Amino acid sequence: MMMSGWSMIRIATILVYLFLFAPVAVVILLAFNANQFGGFPIEGFSLRWFEALWNNDAIVRAFKTSLLLGLLTSAVSTTLGTMAALAMVRYDFPGKRTISTLLVAPILIPEVVLAVALLLFLQFLAMPKSFGLLLMGHVVFTLPFVVLVVQARLVSIRRDVEEAAMSLGATPIQTFFQITLPLMLPAVMAGMLFSFTISFDDITGTLFWKPGGVETVPTQIFAMLRNSISPEINALGAVMVIFTIALPLIAASVARVVSIQKLRASNRAEKPG
Amino acid sequence: MAADIAGERRAPWMLLSPSLATVGLLLIIPMMFIIVYSFWLRTATGADQVGFYLDNWIEVLGDRFYRDILFQTFAIAFYTTIICAFVGYIPAYFVANTPMKSKAFLLLMLMLPFWISYIIRTMSWINILGTSGALNTMMLSIGIIDEPIQMLYNQTTVILGLVHYLLPFMILNVYVSLDGIDKNLTEAAQSLGCTGWQAFREVTLPLSFPGLAAGSLLCFVLAAGTYITPIVLGGPRDAMFANLVFEAIVTQLNWPLGSALSLVLLALLGALVVVYTRYLGVDQIAKSFK
Repeated sequence: MMMSGWSMIRIATILVYLFLFAPVAVVILLAFNANQFGGFPIEGFSLRWFEALWNNDAIVRAFKTSLLLGLLTSAVSTTLGTMAALAMVRYDFPGKRTISTLLVAPILIPEVVLAVALLLFLQFLAMPKSFGLLLMGHVVFTLPFVVLVVQARLVSIRRDVEEAAMSLGATPIQTFFQITLPLMLPAVMAGMLFSFTISFDDITGTLFWKPGGVETVPTQIFAMLRNSISPEINALGAVMVIFTIALPLIAASVARVVSIQKLRASNRAEKPG
Repeated sequence: MAADIAGERRAPWMLLSPSLATVGLLLIIPMMFIIVYSFWLRTATGADQVGFYLDNWIEVLGDRFYRDILFQTFAIAFYTTIICAFVGYIPAYFVANTPMKSKAFLLLMLMLPFWISYIIRTMSWINILGTSGALNTMMLSIGIIDEPIQMLYNQTTVILGLVHYLLPFMILNVYVSLDGIDKNLTEAAQSLGCTGWQAFREVTLPLSFPGLAAGSLLCFVLAAGTYITPIVLGGPRDAMFANLVFEAIVTQLNWPLGSALSLVLLALLGALVVVYTRYLGVDQIAKSFK
């Protein structure tokens, strides 16, 4: 009886996972389909839609915009977010709870409202829609994610390592760059990846903030969807999926290799002679 | 020494100031600004008339059109949340109770949807349910139907799309609280004579409630604020509240009205968040980031 209950749960779990991934798998499958209308039936393997993507100037431009926006957002927001996370984890100060709520506030406010407020405020200040507005918007709503992610990982870094360095004569700045920063690196990397992906995928805020004629990949897909579902969209979807999944995986494995090498290096250094 | 202590006291504020300035200038002040703005008037010439007019608020709160769409938005968010809770609980339970080795893999798989673009996941349903999609093609080839049937562009597909988008949030949140339950508790309940089901109902389910509540809050707020899904998967009559906001701001350029509309959405969803934090605290949501 107990056993059959558990296997029912297992089957239900598999079905839920299928529900989550099957539609995306179909997008990737259809991206390679030779059929000229972009739907079923499958008529053979073809790379023609990827070629069409490559030759589509609007899409290539959107891709460059998204990439630049994502990189800048993640640089700014990770820098600010890491500093804030350090303050939250390392120090006790009056009003900490309020500050903590303030820092996660952008998550709790619906994106549409956040987008409207920022857009109208800057329009009121006579600042037109621009790439700068897009960047500011993306920084605001990725910041809380960086703070949360970095904070969660910083807690596990023990402070006595730094104290040891200081007691051995390192200045606070030396300590930060030689001890704290290397230890924090995985947390910072996680924050960067998080903010990059959120920025790269964002659509709602971007639709409000983007100047006319500027498209990011998601808004470009959105615009293409309004005309008709073309097979190019599936190919673009496949590229996006590969890009956003491959990127974190590569980053994770690079981080792993680096940390293993470091570990070996430090082991070697510790051995006498 | 005194300088050191002062420095120590200043340090957190120096670290925090860039973030606080960003949130203050780009979020708090703009939010206050749209509160003021919602009392201004947009005249026929397109200029703003500064003052204290209740016209926008009377229109937003009095007009049936807005009320109906608000109601529809909350109904869609509610169904989405309920479905996510029921459908999400089972895999969360499975992942929490599965042996360590497959657990890491299953968790990684749960994180993957977060890395896949929302617009792609939404539009992927067109490939499944569209007239030349997987289901129609399959049914045509088996011979159940003679002509493709239109399954897309209604309220059900909007809910389906939202469930597909929000389910990982629910599963992760429920998983976090299920994983934190001491296994000895259910064993103790069973050794005291509970059946497996009773132990689940009396011990596990109540203890997983914080995760369920956090997941539900996230699902509801994100679903109620959605702009893309009703456009991609809904029909012309399935507009949600965020679509109205976009219409008012970007299409009609009536910014004061758009401000009032977005404040209504914020107030209603904000009330939910406040009730939630009053009873459970923000910490539960932060837990799923660990």
